[in-house]
Amino acid sequence: MSMLSEPSTSRPFDVHGKPGERTSAPATTGRRDLVDPALCRQWLRDMLMIREFENRCMQQYQDKKIGGFCHIYIGQEAIAVGCTAAVRPNDPIVTAYRDHGHALARGMAARHCMAEMFGKIGGCAKGKGGSMHMFDREHHLYGGHGIVGAQIPLGVGLAFACKYMDEVIDGRPNSRVALAFLGDGALNQGAIHEAMNLAGLLDIPCVIICENNGYSMGTSIHRGTTMGHDIISKAIGYGIDGYVVDGMDCLSVYHDMSAIVEKCRRESRPAFVDMRCYRFKGHSMSDPRKYRTPEEENQYASDDPIGRLKLHLEERGELPEAVLKEMQKEIRDEVREAIAWSEASPEPPMSELYHDVFVEPHGPFNGTSLPQMLQRKDLR
Amino acid sequence: MSTVTVIDPTMTATREIEFRDALREAMSQEMRRDPRVFLLGEEVAQYNGAYKVSKGMLDEFGPRRIIDTPISESGFAGMAIGAAMMGLRPIVEFMSWSFSLVAADPILNNAPKMLYMSGGQFGCPIVFRGNDGAGGQLGSTHSWCVEGLYSNVPGLKMAIPSCPEDAKGLMTTAIRDDDPVFFLESERMLGMKGPVPEGDYLIPFGQAKVRREGTDCTLVSFGRPVNFCLDAAAELAKEGISCEVLDMRTIRPLDIDSIVRSVRKTNYCVVVDQSWSFGSPGSEVASQVHQHCFDDLDNFVHRVHSADVPTPYAFNLEQEYLPNARRICEAVRSCLYRA
Ligand SMILES: Cc1ncc(C[n+]2csc(CCOP(=O)(O)OP(=O)(O)O)c2C)c(N)n1
Ligand SMILES: [Mg+2]
Repeated sequence: MSMLSEPSTSRPFDVHGKPGERTSAPATTGRRDLVDPALCRQWLRDMLMIREFENRCMQQYQDKKIGGFCHIYIGQEAIAVGCTAAVRPNDPIVTAYRDHGHALARGMAARHCMAEMFGKIGGCAKGKGGSMHMFDREHHLYGGHGIVGAQIPLGVGLAFACKYMDEVIDGRPNSRVALAFLGDGALNQGAIHEAMNLAGLLDIPCVIICENNGYSMGTSIHRGTTMGHDIISKAIGYGIDGYVVDGMDCLSVYHDMSAIVEKCRRESRPAFVDMRCYRFKGHSMSDPRKYRTPEEENQYASDDPIGRLKLHLEERGELPEAVLKEMQKEIRDEVREAIAWSEASPEPPMSELYHDVFVEPHGPFNGTSLPQMLQRKDLR
Repeated sequence: MSTVTVIDPTMTATREIEFRDALREAMSQEMRRDPRVFLLGEEVAQYNGAYKVSKGMLDEFGPRRIIDTPISESGFAGMAIGAAMMGLRPIVEFMSWSFSLVAADPILNNAPKMLYMSGGQFGCPIVFRGNDGAGGQLGSTHSWCVEGLYSNVPGLKMAIPSCPEDAKGLMTTAIRDDDPVFFLESERMLGMKGPVPEGDYLIPFGQAKVRREGTDCTLVSFGRPVNFCLDAAAELAKEGISCEVLDMRTIRPLDIDSIVRSVRKTNYCVVVDQSWSFGSPGSEVASQVHQHCFDDLDNFVHRVHSADVPTPYAFNLEQEYLPNARRICEAVRSCLYRA
């Protein structure tokens, strides 16, 4: 397996498996060489952007600008950034409620993401979805879904539709692959197993990516999941190829996912990825994290995915101090602007209450209207 | 509603066919005109459908468009919703709506809410269809009337035909509709024969049909119990009671205007609904009639539902459990102070 292709020194804590335990993982590429340094710097920027966005998000939540549940992506940035880099812009993506990172990595402007959480009309869903439900048609992001596991049958359906459109309607080989993300806790939902069976059975080109951060709220993977050290065995049981990928390393994610995605595209088959990672913050904003030790948290924090990519660039002389400083400043400004913009964005007008219930206007229902971010855009 | 292509009078002749054939004709005609439409469900393809609704469709359309699924309602309903978000137009067959309960999350939490939650970005043009209601001595797990449960949810449309002609016209409308449609058939009616036009036609949603004109009492119903109402009306006519039978055809949207128009004429209203009475489409209709016809009514709205018990197996108990013609007659007499 390709985990830690630059092995760090001994790790006393391993939330994913008992050290030395064998897994059924076939080797992924093991590559983490530098691609185009400019591209790498872009990924670093994207990860820093998510980090800054999420840090500011937590402040806004404390200030009660954001309501409801809010799940922070800090620690897992390499996954959203590496995975979106490995697919084509029109490959559909669907994820769970921890979705800000995916939205930003996919190209949603910070202001539309933030305004959604502020419950403002400028939000990506006009303030009708909230933190857990980010949608972006332009960037082929099919949500943000709040019910644990429900998005995986949807993701399989997205891939089914891609294949159907190409092969059945247009009579050409399948060209797209869907990415469907879930958490390790979601693995225990029946819907996921039904979806994997269908994907395996019907040759559906969907890559199911388990962002395995070792915890489902306060339940460690070993307390909630059989074969927790070897979750790809579940996918293998459905005839789906499984891979273990180091989700703390953007380069590994990119290289491994590129190989996996292209194989799925070529063969029009599903795949399952055990994307090993760690969430640095609590499950949601109200989690005191009593179920894990500071020692464990510190160990993972010292292996920060942003730090890793930065180091990689620096060691190769591709990240001059001034460039990094400038990048950080731009990001701070952009997020600050996003917050100001979201503050200024009006609340949704009351007419929105009866918009988007049905496509056609009838009775009190006013049909639909697109959010600001999509207005004046020609989406086919 | 803007879909108002009613039956074209110059259309090719009608002929007598079964309810199941009418459903199949609608699906096949739509699949011929729109490659985005496909059918999936348990046993729909090679087995020709558990109830033969999809008989022969595999031969015509092939396995890419008539898709056998494993027994996996949550999985395939969710998958179809994902496909609908991408712009395909799936028809999902539940062998019985009773089995849709294990797919409650995708069908209630995803399909009807996607458009709203995405701020208008992703619609869900999908049809869920299957057998609904008791009457086949299947016991309580297999005899669900889901209209009581599901019609509570905003964002979905619900069509419940009572005859072959409506089955075809409403199904065609359902498939062309851009929103999720819950289409409730009845295993008890699949073999029912009736005149059905040959070409394709749309029956608009939200337009009730007067199945029998009358002056003394309005009977409001939908689906299979409409036929019980017609039986009851024939019986009551012998007693000199003239009933007007209104077939709602869809309960979401609900054509309250037609009900009000009829009740203003008859001044009496009996609602017949085969779901349980508590929090049901029937109670909703009664409430709306009380609201709109308060001064027109000469008695409160009477209701006939399935008995408020789990569906029994024994033939005699099940027949009595249903809102049958005898119970409807009793309710009408009571409502008209003739009991
Ligand atoms: C069906 C359902 N049950 C419970 C919840 C509450 N819940 C939200 S997230 C979560 C834990 C999921 O953990 P995991 O899948 O590992 O994802 P992570 O939060 O680690 O990203 C729970 C129990 C829910 N949203 N949906
Ligand atoms: Mg987790």
